[in-house]
Amino acid sequence: MKPFAYHQPDQLPDAAKLLSSIEDSKLVAGGMTLIPTLKQRLASPVALVDLSRLENLRGITDDGATITIGAMTPHAVVAASKLLQTKIPGLAALASMIGDPAVRSRGTIGGSVANNDPAADYPAGVLGLGATIVTSMREIAADKFFLGLFETALEPGEIITAIRFPVPLRAGYAKLKAPASRYALVGVFVAKFTDGVRVAVTGAGAGVFRVAPMEAALSGNFGPSAIAAIKIDTDGLTSDIHAEADYRAHLVTVMAKRAVDAALS
Amino acid sequence: MGNVIGIGAAPKRKEDQRFLTGRGNYVSDIKRPGMTAGVFVRSPHGHAVLRAIDKSAALAAPGVIAILTGDDVADDGLGSLPCGWGITDAKGVPMKEPPFPMLAQDKVRFVGDMVAFVVAETPEQADEAAELLKVDYEVLPSVVGVLEAVRLDAPQLFADVPNNICCDWELGDKAAVEAAFKKAAHVAKLSLVNNRLIGNPMEPRAAIAEYEPGTDRFTLWTTSQFPHVVRFLMGALVLNIPQHKLRVVAPDVGGGFGVKQFHYGEEAVITWAARRVRRPVKWVASRSEGFVSDRHGRDHVTEAELALDETGKFLAFRVKTLANMGGYLSTFGPNIPTNLYGPLLGGVYTTPAIYCNVKVVFTNTVPVDAYRGAGRPEATFVLERIVDVAASEMGIDRVEIRRRNMIPKEAYPYQTPVLVQYDSGDPMGCLDGALVAADVKNFGIRKAASASKGKFRGLGYSTYVEACGLAPSRFAGRLGARGGLYESATVRVHPTGQVTVMIGTHNHGQGHETTFAQIVSEKLGVAFENVDIVFGDTDRVQFGMGTYGSRSLVVGGAALSKATDKVIAKGKKIAAHLLEAAEVDIQFESGKFSVAGTDRGKTFEEIAGAAYVPHDYPLEVLEPGLEEQAYYDPVNFTYPGGCHIAEVEVDPETGTVTLLNYTAVDDVGTVINPMIVEGQLHGGIVQGVGQALFENAVYDEGSGQLLSGSLMDYCMPRADHLPMMKVATHSTLCTHTPMGVKGCGEVGTIGSPAAIINAVVDALSHLGVTHVDMPATPNRIWRLLQNASLPVAAE
Repeated sequence: MKPFAYHQPDQLPDAAKLLSSIEDSKLVAGGMTLIPTLKQRLASPVALVDLSRLENLRGITDDGATITIGAMTPHAVVAASKLLQTKIPGLAALASMIGDPAVRSRGTIGGSVANNDPAADYPAGVLGLGATIVTSMREIAADKFFLGLFETALEPGEIITAIRFPVPLRAGYAKLKAPASRYALVGVFVAKFTDGVRVAVTGAGAGVFRVAPMEAALSGNFGPSAIAAIKIDTDGLTSDIHAEADYRAHLVTVMAKRAVDAALS
Repeated sequence: MGNVIGIGAAPKRKEDQRFLTGRGNYVSDIKRPGMTAGVFVRSPHGHAVLRAIDKSAALAAPGVIAILTGDDVADDGLGSLPCGWGITDAKGVPMKEPPFPMLAQDKVRFVGDMVAFVVAETPEQADEAAELLKVDYEVLPSVVGVLEAVRLDAPQLFADVPNNICCDWELGDKAAVEAAFKKAAHVAKLSLVNNRLIGNPMEPRAAIAEYEPGTDRFTLWTTSQFPHVVRFLMGALVLNIPQHKLRVVAPDVGGGFGVKQFHYGEEAVITWAARRVRRPVKWVASRSEGFVSDRHGRDHVTEAELALDETGKFLAFRVKTLANMGGYLSTFGPNIPTNLYGPLLGGVYTTPAIYCNVKVVFTNTVPVDAYRGAGRPEATFVLERIVDVAASEMGIDRVEIRRRNMIPKEAYPYQTPVLVQYDSGDPMGCLDGALVAADVKNFGIRKAASASKGKFRGLGYSTYVEACGLAPSRFAGRLGARGGLYESATVRVHPTGQVTVMIGTHNHGQGHETTFAQIVSEKLGVAFENVDIVFGDTDRVQFGMGTYGSRSLVVGGAALSKATDKVIAKGKKIAAHLLEAAEVDIQFESGKFSVAGTDRGKTFEEIAGAAYVPHDYPLEVLEPGLEEQAYYDPVNFTYPGGCHIAEVEVDPETGTVTLLNYTAVDDVGTVINPMIVEGQLHGGIVQGVGQALFENAVYDEGSGQLLSGSLMDYCMPRADHLPMMKVATHSTLCTHTPMGVKGCGEVGTIGSPAAIINAVVDALSHLGVTHVDMPATPNRIWRLLQNASLPVAAE
């Protein structure tokens, strides 16, 4: 690890000021990706701004038609939330499938969404539910937030404070875990709203994406058979030592069916 | 006073008190006054000419004390890292043995090859300086696979090793095998890959070296399974340090699995550096560093053929293997795919003729050496897989074909056509026991239940034998060993009757401190808590070859047993004097020396006291003191074996294989501590599960980059991958070890991969699948199903 300055502000404006005033500074939330990167000397920020003292960024609130999860809320809290288990059980289930117990205790929803790892679980839930990313500066719709491999719409100095999820009629998530990393080889989040269905895929390509033909088919008939015959094109899908692109394409259909099953159960 | 806890009891492990309370003493826990930090600069290229190293910027960095390179090694006239085995080809020509410099000279041959060593005040300063070192490489094409490496146009690692072939080794009667194949009613053929593995012990490797100018002595603390062997190889052959001036300490070590049973260049560099900088030097590997420098295991490509008569009797077995050695010869490297592989191809069967040819091949990868099982899992996998292939092709039940060819219990000792003679065994008994324990008769019901969920269930058998307890020195010497393979133990009885044992094996998780204490407690009648086991320090332990090849109990335990016998013999002489009886009339039982047929006796403690306070003592004929030592060189290997049965379920939609049930009935000879044996079997099986389903070291051909270089990409088996296992022993006693023990450290790893893959193939056999290479990953299974002869009902 290379040396860096360490700041632990307890007010959001202070954190934002530190982040924008120190060049090459970085936020640390749960640190599940950043800390290993630092240890391998692959990143060398001048300063770390730790968000762990920002109590306002923690917790889950019921706003009626929406549920808001503070950016610093750990996965384990989301997984165990009675509110989410009742109103968006698919999202609680997704959180329960992330990593291992240590990762779920430290890792946060804001950190995961800001990092936008192409195989992370939360981006599928956020995009699949059409959530809103609330930041220190503005609100960003999920459809405009995820821009590809580790890229997001966040501006320099901008801090995610919460994610606001609309409550769907039904939602489900299914993933095939990469056996070593426990990231998604392919994960699919399916959500049914009164005005239609959203299907978001993670793990398969360079970033989370929606599958329009599946959304259309499921909007007409919300059951696994509606999408069983829908094949995903392998263009742009990832091939690596764990899974080839055509296998990932096949898994998108399989996981989508299982996500629908989960949403119906 | 505590109790005797003897052979067959299952006390909790003595060593766990310190391990579970965080009071272990590992190399990375050790701090020495004035200690410096060392970091290795490693090659980022698989194959490159090392043109120049510019130290200037790195030397100017804060805190830097020294930077050492291959040129410094050459200037100091230091030796090459030695190989402990010298094998020969069919014509008796010795293997090609290119030098293995401790820091690269002229060329680098794998990603991770050591180029320089940076010594600084702190690890962070050493890291900073290492990044400033300018190494000028001329990158060459890499070759990483054995099939590619032996092609005529392949990149050549060494100028004097044509086609990268280190040795073209063979074993067995080639002509007899060819004759048998001509008569065969059926020939089964199988091509397979035995996947490359990375051991990943929980504790990464580490070392500290210190030089004392006042005494001209060196101390090396290292994460080793065999400190005396490191002292010999490094002191005598690399650094030219006299043995009495070099102390090697391997304190608590957090798992080895073979990875820590080699003499590594890091140890030599650090020891050498400590004298040059006149301060202690410490190095602790990161996990990432371990991936590209810990010796890897397995990595074979094999073609096998089994000849059978019309009844399914095996007539002959022919195996041709290309074995990957990596970039250099490691300590045991060439021995593993030859001497520990070919002689096991007989398995538990009466196959009369066997021929094995192994081409040992250099590639631009981490050197390959022993990993738990070492050669024997590879042999078992080839044999147990082709037996299933033959059974399937001939329409004979898989259990039945095994029975028809198995060596009957009465036929032991059994001489195989491939050097080894099994002393004892009962493979049929193990098979029968396992069939019951695995509830094979109700498998059909379980298979149907899986089918009703759209899943394919399969059952797989592995009836296997291995050779361990390495090794009879004379036999090993004939095969090319350059050292002996005996073991030693000293039993020191203190004046108050407590016992300290100094033994040459090394405990790094196996529970030796408990098992060996049970042997002493049983034999001397001393309380279990009054026995301590000392190991891992060349200044405290007389000598020893260390722990590997399931040899600790078999060879070390035998030395310990013999040394306790000597203690008893001397005790009888003392007792005879004190009791005024003839020595032949003295009996020793339950910790008491007594005169036969009388109630007169002396306790063990009284005899120990008399030995150290010899006022009333036969000093004219007997030395005072009660401390005895024994060296034991085995007369044969031991041959544990057994039957493993795996039951798996395949999800055809995703290709995922789930291990549902696992049953092992093993013959490990006498069991000293059943709890520890069970733990060894569990751990061994899990490592076999890892190889069969998850683990795979993958290199990029051309660049030589390790693509599976972290625990994010290299999948170690985890608790949630595993079912509860049923393990049991069905033991016959070894006829030549003092206690009848056979060893149990590796059996699980040797028996299990074949059982699991046989189960996966069984699950998919209705689709025409005849073989699955390891690891049976979801992607690989799905691909097989795409190519299978029948359509898969995925809906």
